Amino acid sequence: MRGESSMNVKKSPKELLINNLVPILFILICAFGIPLSGYSGSYLLNEILSRLGRNSFLVLSLLIPVMAGMGMNFGMTLGAMAGQIALILVTDWNVVGIPAMVLAALISMPVSVFLGWLCGNILNRAKGREMVTGYIISFFMNGVYQLVVLYMMGSIIPISSSALVLPRGYGIRNTVNLEGMRKSLDNLIPLNIFGASVPVATFILVAIFCLIIIWFRRTKLGQDMRAVGQDMEVARQAGIKVERTRVLSIIISTVFAGFGMIIYLQNIGTLNTYNSHSQIGMFSIAALLVGGASVDKANIRNVFIGIILFHLMFTIAPTVGRNLIGEAQLGEYFRVFVSYGVITLALVLYEVRKRREQRKALEEA
Amino acid sequence: MDTAVIKEKASQALKSFGLPRLIITLFLLLLFIIAPLANVNIASGVSDMLTRFGMNSILVLAMVPMVHSGCGLNFGIPLGIISGLLGATMTIEFGFTGFPSFLMAILFATPFAIILGAGYGLLLNKVKGGEMMIATYVGFSSVAFMCIMWLLLPYDNPTMVWGYAGTGLRTTISVEGAYLGVLDDFLRIEIGHLAIPTGTILFFALLALLMWLFLRTKTGTAMTAVGSNPVFATASGVSVDRMRTLSVIISTWLGAVGIIVYEQSFGFIQLYMGPFNMAMPAVSAILLGGASVNKASIANVVIGTLLFQGILTMTPSVMNGLIQMDISEVIRIIVSNGMILYALTRKQEASR
Repeated sequence: MRGESSMNVKKSPKELLINNLVPILFILICAFGIPLSGYSGSYLLNEILSRLGRNSFLVLSLLIPVMAGMGMNFGMTLGAMAGQIALILVTDWNVVGIPAMVLAALISMPVSVFLGWLCGNILNRAKGREMVTGYIISFFMNGVYQLVVLYMMGSIIPISSSALVLPRGYGIRNTVNLEGMRKSLDNLIPLNIFGASVPVATFILVAIFCLIIIWFRRTKLGQDMRAVGQDMEVARQAGIKVERTRVLSIIISTVFAGFGMIIYLQNIGTLNTYNSHSQIGMFSIAALLVGGASVDKANIRNVFIGIILFHLMFTIAPTVGRNLIGEAQLGEYFRVFVSYGVITLALVLYEVRKRREQRKALEEA
Repeated sequence: MDTAVIKEKASQALKSFGLPRLIITLFLLLLFIIAPLANVNIASGVSDMLTRFGMNSILVLAMVPMVHSGCGLNFGIPLGIISGLLGATMTIEFGFTGFPSFLMAILFATPFAIILGAGYGLLLNKVKGGEMMIATYVGFSSVAFMCIMWLLLPYDNPTMVWGYAGTGLRTTISVEGAYLGVLDDFLRIEIGHLAIPTGTILFFALLALLMWLFLRTKTGTAMTAVGSNPVFATASGVSVDRMRTLSVIISTWLGAVGIIVYEQSFGFIQLYMGPFNMAMPAVSAILLGGASVNKASIANVVIGTLLFQGILTMTPSVMNGLIQMDISEVIRIIVSNGMILYALTRKQEASR
């Protein structure tokens, strides 16, 4: 969020183009692809609304670490794991509907806080390379997650439902059916516009989260985080506990990512025990970057523009691939390529800009 | 008084060796000691370990030049692997067999490795300080891009393309009849359960020796200087960017050769998402061998690959024999990523 004011300062068209290269590319891809896909407007509207509902919370959870200058929080996967563990437990206890979601959120919280605390402290030991470290933490924790879910659940952690436990007597099956809470939040307040169903209650929660973020930026802690994000040493001299502030930003992000995962999975309705979380960080980060965010600057507008553009591309890519070259698989590979390519491009643009600014500051000094 | 000195010395030795490395070495020793209890033949365990050492060691060696030039760990090794895959598929497409097919695969792969490596090196020069994250994503994007290309490129050798469509390469392609085992079976030693893939190990030794010699040439020293002190290197007239690009090209080429050697032992070419997860094991192996983000030697490569592959081969068989529970996959994930985390968070590297 820092530098937001400076963005409105006059800039040459070329600079404006480079700064918004990623969203512009995406608008072009979508404008080219939508007619080729042959999808109807109401179908696309329905898809986008549903995807906005299920992804917004997750992507919003990325904003706070950006504020603290820690870049894209690849460790948000940890929150997703906490959410999934909570969902498995809740399913085992046969709780359904909204109470199940609330209970899952409550259970996920202490797990998320612990994991976030751990992740934040590790990142404090790797200042300046938070992203790659966070990325490896998510892989490392995936191993621990498998240890817990595949070996400890049903043997050490009691799981009674035979629908959940593998036939060998311990470990959770590959898929967990969340029929009991499927779309319970999305359909809480039913509403249809142009034949597209709107997940009103989910949107209300997302709106509340947005308000919390706006409010949070004005609090003492929020101000501290922005100060730390601008310059750690200056913040330290101003008496801000830099390390603590950074850890807090990761904890908050992880907890909200946990909630986000619960919302995401209630929309999907099934939990892929060993896969659901693994891609979520990548897709959320790609969506945020598509929305025009960069490693040191991201706001709520980026979140929504990003989700709409990214998921529009995601929805149409396989059909466009089939219609254009006769192979749906091609479209699938294309969207994987675009997801990774976007992150690469955004990271490169950020580093190049950072270096240019450093050089400029050096010349001025 | 003596105990204090011993304690001091012990803690210093531990510090230089690294706690995680110590734990993993002891764990591997323990696995070998309890192997007979689990009805696992130690000789065949050692053979497996050596075979996998041969398969993976060149990919680990590929990490060395970029660490030396200060580009960090090459998480973008999939780019080199892709060059190797292009060479491998072309040698089969043109119908080469036996040892020539192996050489031709390397020959075909070389121009791709040089061009891709040069582009990748130029990119990394623009993002100094953020190399590792960007390298990871360059690797991922190139793998995803090649997924599209494997479907579209005009290969038509019936052993490689999908049978019913006649186009698009298969996900796995056998190298039988081409270069399967050309190195593994060269001067192969077999005594009872013990089998040593001499040729592969010799080939690695040759490349490692060349690398060792290269690092002692004028160019090699300049490369190391660029990595350890870029300001000093510039002052003494070394072009930092050119050295870095050269190191990336060498690393990418070694990645290409590495995957071809891997295939001659493994027996299959793995296309599409195959190269996707190949960076992590190579990165963690060299770290396990005692390398750090800005320091790596040939010894680190040898020790690290032996330890890492040793754990990978011994854990499943011993665990299965003892407790009928295969947690080797989980151990692999935790060990390899734990090693990378340890390297990224070491205090003395924080300044870089």
